[in-house]
Amino acid sequence: MSILTYIIKRFLIAIPTILAVSVLGFLLMRFDFGTFGPYDIDFGIGSPIHLDAIPLKNPIDPLAELRNNPQISAKALQKEVIRLGLDQPMHVQYWRWVKGVFQVNPEALSEGKLWEFFQPDLGKDYSGHDVARELMSRAKNTLALNLLSVFFAWIIAIPLGIQAALHWRSLFDRLTTVAATCGMALPSFVLALMLAVVAVKTGWLPISGITSANYESLSLVGKALDIAAHLALPVLTLTLLGLAGWQRQMRGNLLDYLQAEYIRTARAKGLPENVVIYKHAVRTAINPLVTMLGFQLAGLLSGSLLVETVLNYPGLGAYIYAGVLKTDTNVVMSSLVMSAILLVAGNLCADILLKIVDPRIELS
Amino acid sequence: MANKGKSAGSLLAVERGTWSRLWRKISKDQIAFLAFLTLIVLYLMIAVAGFLAPYSEGWFDRNYATAPPTHVYMIDGETGGITWPYVYQSKRGFDQETFEFGFTPDTSKKHPVQFFVKGEPYKLLGLIPGDIHLFGVEAPGRICLLGTDINGRDNFSRLLYGGQISLTIGFLGLFIAFPIGLIYGGISGYFGGWIDNALMRVTEVIMSIPSLYLLISLAAIIPAGFTSAQRFAMVVVSLAFIGWAGLSRVIRGMVLTIKEQEYVESARAIGLGALPIVIKHVLPQTASYVIIAITMGVPDYILAESGLSFLGLGIQQPDASWGNMLKEAQEITNLMTRPWMMMPGVLIFLAVLAFNVMGDAVRDVLDPKSYIRK
Repeated sequence: MSILTYIIKRFLIAIPTILAVSVLGFLLMRFDFGTFGPYDIDFGIGSPIHLDAIPLKNPIDPLAELRNNPQISAKALQKEVIRLGLDQPMHVQYWRWVKGVFQVNPEALSEGKLWEFFQPDLGKDYSGHDVARELMSRAKNTLALNLLSVFFAWIIAIPLGIQAALHWRSLFDRLTTVAATCGMALPSFVLALMLAVVAVKTGWLPISGITSANYESLSLVGKALDIAAHLALPVLTLTLLGLAGWQRQMRGNLLDYLQAEYIRTARAKGLPENVVIYKHAVRTAINPLVTMLGFQLAGLLSGSLLVETVLNYPGLGAYIYAGVLKTDTNVVMSSLVMSAILLVAGNLCADILLKIVDPRIELS
Repeated sequence: MANKGKSAGSLLAVERGTWSRLWRKISKDQIAFLAFLTLIVLYLMIAVAGFLAPYSEGWFDRNYATAPPTHVYMIDGETGGITWPYVYQSKRGFDQETFEFGFTPDTSKKHPVQFFVKGEPYKLLGLIPGDIHLFGVEAPGRICLLGTDINGRDNFSRLLYGGQISLTIGFLGLFIAFPIGLIYGGISGYFGGWIDNALMRVTEVIMSIPSLYLLISLAAIIPAGFTSAQRFAMVVVSLAFIGWAGLSRVIRGMVLTIKEQEYVESARAIGLGALPIVIKHVLPQTASYVIIAITMGVPDYILAESGLSFLGLGIQQPDASWGNMLKEAQEITNLMTRPWMMMPGVLIFLAVLAFNVMGDAVRDVLDPKSYIRK
C-alpha cells in the first residue's frame, strides 16, 4: 500500500472515532442520565449502608451566568435559549453542533480562497470569542509546545541512552538511571512550579503567556525572540519530563540489541566498533522509540494541560480547563474533539515516521 | 475434584514460588528494599494519621493563617543548655515600613512540647476511636511543623490526612478498572469477530482522548452539592473510567493467543460455557501481566488524582489531598514566600518513585525477559 492510500484509509477509519468522541463530549455536557440510588445496602453485619441519591445529570446550566445577571431581561434570555437550541430535543441540539462544524463558505471557492472554504461555527465561548478561531490558535500553540519538547527530549535523551547502554553499570549509567527514575516520578505541575519559581527569582524568563505586552511594536527578530523566550519555560518543563522516559527506553532497547546475534556477526566479520554500534545496533534500537511516540502522545498532551495551566500558556489544555471551570459546553466539547484529532493525527504521524525509519514495516 | 485445589489457587496463576522469589528480590536489592520500606512507612503514617497529627483535618486558627513552620527550641535561650523542647507562641504583626505581614515569637512564655497528649478525638482507620496524640502543646501555643495554610489550618496534620486520600484513591480506582478491563478484554478476545470489533471500537474512542482532558470533563459534571464521600467515590469512578480501556486492549491481545491453546479447547470440548472458560481458564493466565500492571499503574493513578485535585476538580476543600493542598502553591508568590507549601509535592514524588522502583522489581521477577534492563 502506498503511503498516500494508507493516510487516506487511516483518516476514514478515524472519522467514526472522532464522531463518537463528539457524542461522548455532548452526552457528558448535556445529557440527563436520571438518578442513581438511593440505596440501602445490607451486608448482614451491623447497620445497612445508606447511599444517598446521586443525580446523574450534568448540573451545568449553560445560561447560569446570564440568569443571575439582573441586567439581562427575560426576553434576551429566551433569545439566547433559542440561539443555543436549548429548547430543542437532545438529538437536534447535537445535529446543530455537527452542522456547525461542517459549515462551508462556497463563495470562497469562486474567489479562489481555498483556505477560507471551511468556516466551522462552534459558537461563542465564555468570553464572547469565536470558539473555532480560538481553538485553532490554541491548538497551534499546544502543537508547537509538544513538538518542540519532543524534539529536544529526543536529541538529548538518545545520546544519553546510548552512552548509558554502552557503559553498562558504569558510574555514568548509574547516575543517569537514578536521574531518569526520579524524573519519571516528578509530577508535571510540581516541576512547572519549581521552574517558575527559579524563573521569577532570577528574572531570566517570562512565566506566562506567549507574547509580551509590547509584542506588536517589536521588529521581526524581536518578535521571534519574544516568542522563544515565552516558549522556553513550558518547553523546558515538558522536555525535562519527557527526557527520563526516552532515556530509559533507549538504554533498554540498545542493551537488548547489543545482545543480538547479528551484532556478534558484525563484530566477527571485523567491522569497526563504531559502525557496529551506530549503524547496526542503534539504528534498530531507535525503532521502538518511534512506536512509543504514538503511545506517549496522549500522556504528553495530558502533561501539557497541567503545564499550560500552571504557566498560563494559551494552549488547548488551558482552554478546556477554563471551559470546564466556566461550565462552557461549546468550549469543552470542541476542545475534547480537537484534542482527539491531535492525538489521532499524532499517532498517524508516528506510524508513518516508523515506516520511513524502518522500511521493512508493512503499512496495513 | 483433584483439580479443585489448583483451580482455587489458579485465580492468580503465577508460577510456583513467585512470591518467595519476589520477596528475595526485594530483600536483596537495596534500592527495591528502600522503596518497599518507604511505602510501608508512608502507609503506616496515613493509617495512624489521627494519632500522629497534632490537630484534626478541619482544625483552624484564623489569627495564625499562613504562618511559617513552628520553631521547636531544644536549646534554652537563656541558659544555653539543652532543655526539654519548647515552642513560643507567635503573634501576627504588620510591618508599617515594608507593608509585610510577619510573625514574631512571644518569648515571654515557653510552651513545652508534650508527648502522648490528650487532644481532639479521632478515629483510626475510621473505626478505632482515640484522643491521644503523639505530640502537642498547651492550647494558646501552636505547633505547626509545616506552618499553616491560608485558612490557618495545620499543614502537617492535613498532609497526613490528605495522604489517606491520595495514597488510597489509586488503589480503589484500579480495583474498579481491573475487573472491568479483564472481563471486557477477555470477552472481546475470546469471541472475536464482530463482537471484538464493536467492543474495541468503544475502547478506541476512550483512548483517543488525552486522559486528563477526559478526566477534567468527567469531573466537571460532579455536582457541587455532593458530600465529600460522594465526591470521593465519583473521583474514583472517573479515574477507573479512563483506566480500564487501555488495560482491556492488552488483555484482549493476550487472550487471542491463550485461547488457541489445547487446554482451552479441551475445556470447550467438555462443554464448559464461554464465560466460565474466560474467567476460570483464560484470564488467570494473564496474572503475571496484571500484577505488573497494577504495581506500574498505581503511580499513574496517584499522579492523575493529584493533577485533578491540583486543578480544583478532584477532592475539594475542606477535605485535604496532596493535590489540592498544592493548589495554594499555584500562586507563585505564595510558593516563593512559603517554600514549605511544596511538601505535598515532595511526598507525591516519593510515593510515585517508590511505586515505580517496586514496579521494576516486580517486573524483573515476573517477566524474566526484562532482566537485562535492570
